[in-house]
Amino acid sequence: MPDDIRGEPKPAEPEEHPQPPTEPADHGAAQADQRVPQAAAQSDAAAQPREAAAPAVLRHAGPAGEEVRRVAPAERKRMNRRELLKLVPVVALGTFAVPKLRGPLLNDGLHLSDWASGKLFGRARLAQTFPNRDVVAFERFPYNFYDVADPGVDLDRWTLTVEGLVQHPGEYKLSQIQALPKVTQNTRHVCVEGWDVIGSFGGTRASDFLRAIGADTSARFLEAECADGYYESIDMETMLHPQTLFCYEMYGKPLDRGHGAPLRLQMPTKIGYKQAKYLDTIRVTNVLRADKRGYWEDQGYSWYGGL
Amino acid sequence: MATTVNVRKQSVAEVAAPLTLAYEHPWVVRFAHWVNAVAVLVLVGTGLQIFRAFPSFGPKIPQKNLLDVPRLITLGGWLGGALQWHFTFMWIFVGSGLLYVIYQLATGHWRQVLFTARDIKGVWPMARYYFFFGPKPPVDAAYNPLQKLAYTSTVFFGVLSTLTGLVLYKPDQFWWLAWLMGGFHYARIWHFLSMCGFLAFIPGHLIMVLLHGWNNFYSMVTGWKRDPEYVE
Repeated sequence: MPDDIRGEPKPAEPEEHPQPPTEPADHGAAQADQRVPQAAAQSDAAAQPREAAAPAVLRHAGPAGEEVRRVAPAERKRMNRRELLKLVPVVALGTFAVPKLRGPLLNDGLHLSDWASGKLFGRARLAQTFPNRDVVAFERFPYNFYDVADPGVDLDRWTLTVEGLVQHPGEYKLSQIQALPKVTQNTRHVCVEGWDVIGSFGGTRASDFLRAIGADTSARFLEAECADGYYESIDMETMLHPQTLFCYEMYGKPLDRGHGAPLRLQMPTKIGYKQAKYLDTIRVTNVLRADKRGYWEDQGYSWYGGL
Repeated sequence: MATTVNVRKQSVAEVAAPLTLAYEHPWVVRFAHWVNAVAVLVLVGTGLQIFRAFPSFGPKIPQKNLLDVPRLITLGGWLGGALQWHFTFMWIFVGSGLLYVIYQLATGHWRQVLFTARDIKGVWPMARYYFFFGPKPPVDAAYNPLQKLAYTSTVFFGVLSTLTGLVLYKPDQFWWLAWLMGGFHYARIWHFLSMCGFLAFIPGHLIMVLLHGWNNFYSMVTGWKRDPEYVE
């Protein structure tokens, strides 16, 4: 260690951030005066005996009070190495580049987001509703087909199969569902692709129907199976939300075939792909089958899908 | 390195050849910088992939595509994959962003970086120096006004992209934020524009890093800058 650059011992500067010299020309001279075997560094030195012969520290010599040191090249290497070690956690991001780890990591990220989404959900918090003038024309409300246009449901003989943790399982006619109070709401339909559209929906409150069939509302999920092979599962919290409908009307008319006649889910607090159409069977359950959580969810989309 | 001999005016009397080093970037700042660099890259790439699913800000019917994002500059492969990356790295991005902002506030270092009204008059002289061969304005602070403007704008875009992202992700739960942004539909535009802000910053930032050379770049890795220009 070069000793000559160590200055005369002086009391350390009381000020943490002294004003930088106003004249840049004075800079060098000012620093020369500030050369002190930093008192504060003594605690450092105690922790790291290797630094006992630490080189001079030109305290706060930079314009923003940066610590400036004059060191031998070997010491610089040591200092750099120590600082590099502090950045090692950044390398953890590299795990995303490993194909074997990437899948599980992204799955964890998706689960974390779904978990947070569930925590954010407020059963009493209503999705925005809109006046009739904001509702898009029926012709401009998109049909979104996932693989088939129309499963050809026999509307006259259609029944909804109710299974699982309910007191009154069985087959329910549309008229039985329509016998419950009807709710009409203008709400926003948000597609995962990024578009959104405000539509008019009518139907039975899901919570009313679940109560009518004696569903165990402390159960965790409702599974839905559809006539076109689509399937979904929804958290019970959302099923009991006052705006969640078993929807049989759009724009005041019976649901048409393209939109899922005769009955579909309509939840303004969920994203589009959760709104199962052509309902065939609903099941109240506490357990979701790993490969049967939802048509798109099983391919990697968010299960919660909350808005 | 060890063989480098530094001849300096004031060190004639020195026996060895000490180097002058300045500790420019505390490790928290460097950590946040590199994590954020990766996160922004991932979020922009996957964001463009997500945008490809509906490259418009208008109605779905009739759909008028705004621009065709080339697959080459996207990440995630498909909409579902891109969403997984996006929903994972949003946590990393917000986490490192918060770490940086809290650190800057706690240490008072924000005063060095924050662009304020007083810096406005210094922007043009600095831009003239950088881009139009003007005279070099005197350096009397850690960051020049143009740097402050650039760095402050990234924090601004970071906050904007986070808030607009929250609205897109949870428009019902953050209805008040959606309302502030002019509704869900506008939040999508703001979210896109905040990405454009990052895209505007990055090339200029990289050019400056290239111009200032390895020594300057390395200080964002180890914190120590060799032979800082402000020490004679």
